[in-house]
Amino acid sequence: MVAVAEALNRSAAVAAPLSGGARIDVRHVSHQFALRGAALPVLHDVSFTVEPGEFVALLGPSGCGKSTLLRLVAGLDTPTQGSVQADGAAITGPDPSRVVVFQDPTLYPWRTVRGNVGIGPQAQRARFAWRGGAQEEQAQRRIDAALELVGLSDFAEAFPHQLSGGMAQRVALARALVNDPALLVLDEPFGKLDSLTRIRMQGELARLWQDARFSVLLVTHDVEEALLLAARVIVFSERPARVIAEVRNDAPYPRHRDDPKLVALRREVLAQLGLDT
Amino acid sequence: MSTQFDSIAARGEAGDTASRDVIRATLIAGLAALAWLTSAALTEWWPSLDDWPYTNEFIALKLLLAAFAAATAIAGWRGPSATSATPTPTPTPTPTRIGAWLRAMPWLLALALGVSAWEAVTAQLEWLPRPFFAPPQALIGVYAEDYPRLGTSVVHSFGLLAYGYVLGAAAGFVTGVSIGWSQAVSYWVHPVLRLIGPLPATAWLPLAFFFFPSSFSASVFLIALATAFPVAVLTWSGVAGVNPAYYDIARTLGARPAFLILRVAIPAALPSVFVGLFMGLGASFSVLIVAEMMGVKAGLGWYLQWAQGWAAYSNMYAALLVMALMCSGLITLLFRLRDRLLAWQKGLLKW
Repeated sequence: MVAVAEALNRSAAVAAPLSGGARIDVRHVSHQFALRGAALPVLHDVSFTVEPGEFVALLGPSGCGKSTLLRLVAGLDTPTQGSVQADGAAITGPDPSRVVVFQDPTLYPWRTVRGNVGIGPQAQRARFAWRGGAQEEQAQRRIDAALELVGLSDFAEAFPHQLSGGMAQRVALARALVNDPALLVLDEPFGKLDSLTRIRMQGELARLWQDARFSVLLVTHDVEEALLLAARVIVFSERPARVIAEVRNDAPYPRHRDDPKLVALRREVLAQLGLDT
Repeated sequence: MSTQFDSIAARGEAGDTASRDVIRATLIAGLAALAWLTSAALTEWWPSLDDWPYTNEFIALKLLLAAFAAATAIAGWRGPSATSATPTPTPTPTPTRIGAWLRAMPWLLALALGVSAWEAVTAQLEWLPRPFFAPPQALIGVYAEDYPRLGTSVVHSFGLLAYGYVLGAAAGFVTGVSIGWSQAVSYWVHPVLRLIGPLPATAWLPLAFFFFPSSFSASVFLIALATAFPVAVLTWSGVAGVNPAYYDIARTLGARPAFLILRVAIPAALPSVFVGLFMGLGASFSVLIVAEMMGVKAGLGWYLQWAQGWAAYSNMYAALLVMALMCSGLITLLFRLRDRLLAWQKGLLKW
């Protein structure tokens, strides 16, 4: 019961500042897939750390294995070698404190926007055998807060097929934020949006992160996006992915794309990727 | 012919096209009234080669339909003309019920022609051989005189079908979900399903009547078997086809297996499950009738058999009509349920 109460208190309000985001340690991780009998190495001896509350971008060419790394951090897969730890404890499975937003919003078409955002609270409630009225009420308040945060309060009763791509991705973001995550894992979350929507949502994400201060791990192949959002950019090689560089970016937020400092960093990162022009 | 744009642009023209539609619908309603009236006159003054009971009731029914068509025509005529005299902002002033009746009028007209033709070739001309083809008034006779037996048969058939279908659908659903979800269950159950499933349920008939204590329980088993196979296969395919990303999302949000099955796999598979339930319902009808013809001493299948034994062909036609209404009604019910549960889907087939 005490643990339950604690869990509830911990997730009291979505936008409230946290005691601190999660610390993620990736230690000498190698991973391979079995493909038609042959082993296909995807990650090679990858090590890095995400400090509590830090915004880290993982940048690399398409198909280099970044998304695989992300699934390991989320606990959806376990690494072939090495270890992934959250706050010092090995990650053995998925946990609502580390929420993933994928490239496709993947909303459940049979649920309304409200129902989709409420999946987390509902699924976690199933862990405890009873349904409390107060608990339900609190979950509804958190859902309302999350919807307001992404500006979709008016669409709470809409079904996913009635939403635009940008709105759907916002719902996916609200579905993650409602759980009050310690780590937000983003897998090219804006990859499929039109460029105007992408620019707007990048700004919104930076603001959200500044308010809430959870740790963020952003996978992207967009150099500009990585530099615009992250405090540290970890650059990966082609598959099998290994870390080839770490670029620290201490430019203050809100950042602007045409900031000369970002332009210089962009050149540096592109050079690391062998794309110097 | 004016396009939609034109009719929106010019309000007066829009009123014109609307009233033109109403005039046509009213005209058809008038024609339907006339057709039923003529049909009644034919029955009255064109003598049939044999004396058929219930001919007077038949005429009365026709006159009733003629009166109904005429009333609809008048209501359709008066409704819009009364409002078009005083222009109103609402473009469709016809009350919806009269509108629905007006839309049914072409059918009523066709029915008048069809019934008259049927009557002519059976009663007046006797082009169709006598005992095997019955005129429409004979059906009225069956419904008027034999309704206790027919009613009991419907109740029996419905009860048997409900038992078998509900049991079979439940068994098929559970089987389908477990095969789709668990590799171990799939390993053991899938081969059995592949071997037994395609076998027509009626092939079990002789064995079933031997194994089961009563012909009723045997029939329930056969109907359940026929229903379960399509439901199981389509539920299975629905569950197996669920986007794996749905599971990843739920798992990262803290979902446990019960949530994944009940709240992710089953809702996602539901469209496919309903295809299975629809196919199962069709299969269950055919097994129901065969089972009632072969062993059960009640129900519509038995009624058909009994009518054949007495060469009472009008009873057979009457029973077939009842059966058609019952099956169609049940399928309508299933589709209504689906429309309600799958309201989130776009582009549903309207039954």
